[in-house]
Amino acid sequence: MKKNSMFEIREEIPRHIYIIAGVTFIAAILLIWQIVTQLKLVNPLFLPSPMDIINEGIRQIKEGILVKDSRISIYRIVVGWLFATVIAVPIGILMGNFKFFEGLLEPFVDLVRYMPVVALIPLTILWAGIGDFQKFLILFIGTFFQEVLMVMDNVKNVPLDLIKVGRTLGLSRYEILKDIILPASMPAIWDTFRITIGWTWTYLVVAELVAANSGLGRRIMDAQRYLATETIIFGILFIGFLGLVTDYLFKFLGHKFFHWNKGR
Amino acid sequence: MAKVKLQSQNISKVFKTRKAELKVLDNCSIELKENEFVSIVGTSGCGKSTLLNIIAGLLPPTSGKVIIDGQAIKGPGRDRGVVFQSYTLFPWLTVEKNILFALKNTKLSNKEKSELVKDYISSVGLSGFENSYPKELSGGMKQRVAIARALVYKPAVMLMDEPFGALDAQTRGMMQELLLKVWQEHKTTVLFITHDVDEAIFMSDRVLIMTARPGKIKEEISINLNRPRNYEMLTSPEFMALKRQILDAIRSETLKSLELKS
Repeated sequence: MKKNSMFEIREEIPRHIYIIAGVTFIAAILLIWQIVTQLKLVNPLFLPSPMDIINEGIRQIKEGILVKDSRISIYRIVVGWLFATVIAVPIGILMGNFKFFEGLLEPFVDLVRYMPVVALIPLTILWAGIGDFQKFLILFIGTFFQEVLMVMDNVKNVPLDLIKVGRTLGLSRYEILKDIILPASMPAIWDTFRITIGWTWTYLVVAELVAANSGLGRRIMDAQRYLATETIIFGILFIGFLGLVTDYLFKFLGHKFFHWNKGR
Repeated sequence: MAKVKLQSQNISKVFKTRKAELKVLDNCSIELKENEFVSIVGTSGCGKSTLLNIIAGLLPPTSGKVIIDGQAIKGPGRDRGVVFQSYTLFPWLTVEKNILFALKNTKLSNKEKSELVKDYISSVGLSGFENSYPKELSGGMKQRVAIARALVYKPAVMLMDEPFGALDAQTRGMMQELLLKVWQEHKTTVLFITHDVDEAIFMSDRVLIMTARPGKIKEEISINLNRPRNYEMLTSPEFMALKRQILDAIRSETLKSLELKS
């Protein structure tokens, strides 16, 4: 069969076209943005030009603000996410394997999962004060309750026949968990890590919304007060960029660790 | 007289759902002698896989018991090796380590273990693939590793649940010959579930035919073809006569099960 179209259903396309397309799309948006602002179609207060944003970035780097903000925010993300993950993994594994723990915890997790994190800020301040611990708590709440359910699903997706093999080999329940279920679900759990740390990033602004005096999210909230639109947009883009870097880092490490996995 | 290796005595199995009860096995009794190769054939849904799962200890029977070497079983154990229809290799382990996994919790030294593993890799014809991962293997190769993994700890009985069911016809033929060779090399007792009548005759000393659900043994047919078997036998008159006999028996059961449904 002749393949002359770029749009065959589920067909591969050349790698370079795949990459160029993605880059071009972003470039096109930047170009439209530049044109719109250059022609003064929009008040710069609402939308500064891409050059203004770049200059804002340069200013923040020169004044050392960017590094300082990033350092404190990354620290909060890492601690908050680790805090959530260290608890979500064992509990998710228990829920995915033992119906008792699923029945015990799932209704509660589902309930908390739908509570708006922003609305919990007053409570977290009441409980945890206004220091870093309050920020960790917000990031934890935003991440943990989703992550634990995802880990539960990851574990449930281990084929029952692999577990049966363990039983026919006379392994104990603990050995089946440790030597079969855990390694079998690890690539999926790793993917859950990648996705949940992305969510932790999106909760950063919420965590730094109140009672913070530093951080990337704080910078954005402060800029709102002075109508420094370019600071707001630069901050948002920079958080997006750091999130993207984290995502690629996890993908890259996933390929390394789980090269045996299908489709990787 | 060879001694009796495996017995299932009056096994019944009823699956209960909230609304109904489904009787899958009804007083099903079988007996395997040492080093015998026995196949069970039957219409789909007759309970042959359920029987194998009960013998493996993965499923408790509603009544009846399974006896191996004179001992009633209490769940799964290393006296039985099981090969499933689906691919059950551990994808994170190499061929060698997959087989080695079955020797966990044995008292052998590392040297003895690796020699055993090497032995079994070569008897299933996979020398050179020791360090390959399952995703790099074809379906037939995966099942060969699974067979080696189920044999390496020398279980008293091998239980095989349509192990070649997912393979294409050519690969399947090669795998049957390979399994017979391995079986003769390592002398073990095999219970083999299949719905492929050719496969059952070609491999077995005896073929057991199951009734439609609820399943029990309807008929037992001895296969007196010479060993070693080869593919030319598949078209011999003796083979054809056996096939005819078995197909007739299965067909009457299939008709029964269809009538029940309509």
